[in-house]
Amino acid sequence: MSAEAGTTGARQSRLSRALLYALLIVFAVYYLLPLFVMLVNSVKPLSEIRGGNMLALPHEFTTAPWKSAWNEAQIGVSATGLAPYFINSILMVVPAVAISLIVGALNGYVLTKWRFPGANVVFSLLLLSCFIPFQIVLIPMARILGIIGLAGSISGLVLVHVVYGIGFTTLFFRNYYEAFPTELIRAAQIDGAGFWRIFTRILLPSSGPIVVVTIIWQFTNIWNDFLFGASFSGFDSMPMTVALNNLVSSSTGVKEYNVHFAGAIIAALPTLVVYIVSGRYFVRGLMAGAVKG
Amino acid sequence: MSTIAQASVPPARASGARARLQNWLPRLVLAPSFAAILVFVYGFILFTVYLSFTDSTILPRYGLVGWANYERLWRLPNWWIALENLAIFGALYIGICVVIGLFLAILLDQKIRGEGVLRPIYLYPMALSFIVTGTAWKWFLDPGIGLEQVMHHWGWTSFHFTWIKDTEMAIYCVVIAAVWQSSGFVMAMFLAGLRGIDNEILRAAQIDGASTFQIYRRIVIPQLRPAFLSAFVVLAHLAIKSYDLVVALTNAGPGRATELPATFMYSYTFARNSMGVGAASAVIMLMMIASVIVPYVYAEIRGGGNER
Amino acid sequence: MFRRFATALAASAGLVALATGAASAQDSGQSVEVLHWWTAGSEAAALNVLKQNLEKEGVTWKDMPVAGGAGTEAMTVLRARVTSGNAPTAVQLLGFDVTDWAKQGVLANLDPVAEEEKWGEVIPEALQSFAKYDGHWIAAPVNIHSTNWIWINKAAFDKAGGKQPTNWDEFIALLDKMKEQGITPLAYGGQAWQDTTVFENVVLSTGGPDFYKKAILDLDSEALGSDTMKTVFERMTQLRGYVDDNFSGRDWNLATAKVIDGSAGLQIMGDWAKGEFRNADKKAGEDFVCFRFPGTQGDVTFNSDMFAMFDQKSNVEAQRKLASAIEDPSFQIAFNKVKGSVPARTDIPADEFDPCGQKGMKDVKEASANGTLMGSLAHGYAAPAGVKNAFFDVVTAEFNGQYDASEAVEQLVNAVEGAK
Repeated sequence: MSAEAGTTGARQSRLSRALLYALLIVFAVYYLLPLFVMLVNSVKPLSEIRGGNMLALPHEFTTAPWKSAWNEAQIGVSATGLAPYFINSILMVVPAVAISLIVGALNGYVLTKWRFPGANVVFSLLLLSCFIPFQIVLIPMARILGIIGLAGSISGLVLVHVVYGIGFTTLFFRNYYEAFPTELIRAAQIDGAGFWRIFTRILLPSSGPIVVVTIIWQFTNIWNDFLFGASFSGFDSMPMTVALNNLVSSSTGVKEYNVHFAGAIIAALPTLVVYIVSGRYFVRGLMAGAVKG
Repeated sequence: MSTIAQASVPPARASGARARLQNWLPRLVLAPSFAAILVFVYGFILFTVYLSFTDSTILPRYGLVGWANYERLWRLPNWWIALENLAIFGALYIGICVVIGLFLAILLDQKIRGEGVLRPIYLYPMALSFIVTGTAWKWFLDPGIGLEQVMHHWGWTSFHFTWIKDTEMAIYCVVIAAVWQSSGFVMAMFLAGLRGIDNEILRAAQIDGASTFQIYRRIVIPQLRPAFLSAFVVLAHLAIKSYDLVVALTNAGPGRATELPATFMYSYTFARNSMGVGAASAVIMLMMIASVIVPYVYAEIRGGGNER
Repeated sequence: MFRRFATALAASAGLVALATGAASAQDSGQSVEVLHWWTAGSEAAALNVLKQNLEKEGVTWKDMPVAGGAGTEAMTVLRARVTSGNAPTAVQLLGFDVTDWAKQGVLANLDPVAEEEKWGEVIPEALQSFAKYDGHWIAAPVNIHSTNWIWINKAAFDKAGGKQPTNWDEFIALLDKMKEQGITPLAYGGQAWQDTTVFENVVLSTGGPDFYKKAILDLDSEALGSDTMKTVFERMTQLRGYVDDNFSGRDWNLATAKVIDGSAGLQIMGDWAKGEFRNADKKAGEDFVCFRFPGTQGDVTFNSDMFAMFDQKSNVEAQRKLASAIEDPSFQIAFNKVKGSVPARTDIPADEFDPCGQKGMKDVKEASANGTLMGSLAHGYAAPAGVKNAFFDVVTAEFNGQYDASEAVEQLVNAVEGAK
């Protein structure tokens, strides 16, 4: 909506517009500042960082830190850079997001269109589960992964992320589907459509916005997760964040800040791309789902 | 409410068995999720509660010690610091995020040219992990290399900004960085709420001669109630769970001045080998989270059922 | 839309299957999975020597590096791994953590290797009390770091007279002279473990080795509450006056950088600091000088990295090869030269080390013979984790001005008592 205050004179209006843009830009600067610091310092030689002004543009421009972070830096005993871990993260994120999306959609569908006695209790329990602090599940989860033979594997990580994503994905889809007209479904049912047909033919095709919100939410959380990634991965399944942390948090090693910042930006690129590409749908999806109007 | 499973008559063509399957199918579809949550969330919570009554140190052990861990917990000065900090941090973080989020959403909603550029700029911090963004913030707030030094470079030599080094003020630095990370997301929620408001009502109000300010105060903001509620819940649970932010920015220092319950719990469980005390603090944290979330869930269920 | 998800899902499931399949194919033959936190830069490269040595023996090295919080993250991961029944073969552990894990009965017995290679004769006894539990070897020490070092900028040192201080008053005089030069006398990083590193130096210097043993190793309440301890805290406050304003939260290496570029005079830090000097192309004796913290010559507070082996019936052979490779003299030299520490065994020739390294080796040998090779508090070799962190809390709070010296003494006694 837009509530522009009528016809109070073009001059005042132009002034207030200028003020409006100025404010928006001030905020944009606030949000961009850390990214700017990281970007600028990732293309400086280390000596310039040690001695100089954090916000200054580089005197001597270098892309060496980026190359180093991508495939030369020492991570553990091998000098592989972040590249191999990138693949691990993708192998983990794609199935985890896809599965939790499907689970969330089905749960939301059942909870709104096929309600049964006790559905509210189930939903409350699912919803409450969103808010559990993850530190407490580490030890028991490790035990269970060990018992079912998924310890130290990507499949185990996928399972963990799907389980702790159920709450939010179900909430998103439930709120979205609740607003979906029941008449359409009833009509389809009279035509003989069953449970799956109604889901795949009627609800899913119109779920675009909420799918985007769910993907953004799950992708960001899973991609950036460190705690589970470190605890439940094995030597060959470590995700990106663990490698990044290995690169930057080594305690008694030399700190190459330019490489760290380059690595951080590389690690964040996929999520940044997801945000920028689908940002427009994000608000639309939130409108329809997460924030119930 | 949209309950159709019970109300609807199974299609005549279907056999009895198929109809029964159709009836049970929804429950079957939901069952795996429900079972997973029962085990992986509620089962683990019970396990943690149990641990909090045991003498566990480095790994779980099962010797019961009664309330000893809780007694120790409440005697630890660090725990009181953590609770006090959570009160300061939580109130400021939620308050400022909501104010900035709402403000930005209203500004962005004025038919802005370049909204497509600005919106992702406000939103992107949510996409970054704090492992390294924390370092960027730490530098920026550090008087020796950050903002203060830059100001001195530019000639404003009397400028002082040493909060992060100050035991009393460091927690406010955590607030600054946390607001940076989440306020854009809150903005998106409010923006979604604003876009959902019916334009007709506003036009009518305008014709009646209401000022912009009045329109917002009387009509728009009350209609954003659901967005406020969602924002509050998301922010409250983020505040209670805040962990990596603090670790990256101050590592709970200077001293233990920025300790929060989440860092406390992690530190006692995993660094100090006092898993029992860690579990006790986790139980208290869970109770705090529940006290915020349970009323919300209740409202969600009740409200959600009647609105449409 | 649904079909597209299904395809994506199937494709990624296939990829996962492929990846895990490929991994299990490598599993044939002997292998060791090693959890450690030497994750970046030169120390990780130095560990690579160990990997290559093992591969010559036909043992595959599976690397499991986890950085963060000086091993805290790695310890969390270790707990998860042990709980899941999927413990790594070998784990980097420090001090009381070795003992704590040994108590859980999950560590492997290394006696056969140790006896064959006569570890008992070459590894200092102070280290043995951690590397052995209940009379059996359970860990292989890699190195000995000592924490009672001072690293000083040569130019600033020469300007201040160039005379090595041997007691507290001379030390303060040196700091004063550096202050007159207009530089920060003491490069300082305000993190709990760094505060405590300085604290343990002051304890040792003020009270001598016997007091250190009583107060820090035995946690004797009387010693902790004594006037000597009050003097220690007063001296900490005194040091606070030679530190710049922005010390708190600073990483140790940034403090070292200040000594390297001459904006600060000296730093009190373990010998890993040498790596920073070397990386900046500075030479021991020419650009910087090292000496023991005043009043602690002859004593060494140590921190030793050890690899403990987890009990794995099927992997005994590979574990023993790893243990043997760690104590191999050529690896000890290669690794410790890079790491800044000295070899864990005392029978290794010193000629390949730089002056500071040679001095370190001599000091360790001497201290070991005199019984003054003592565990470092800041690095978990003096007290278990709970007590260590209780010290951290009080020392840090005092240094940040939250307590005065007598309050700090009182708090220390209570905190240590409460954490025991």
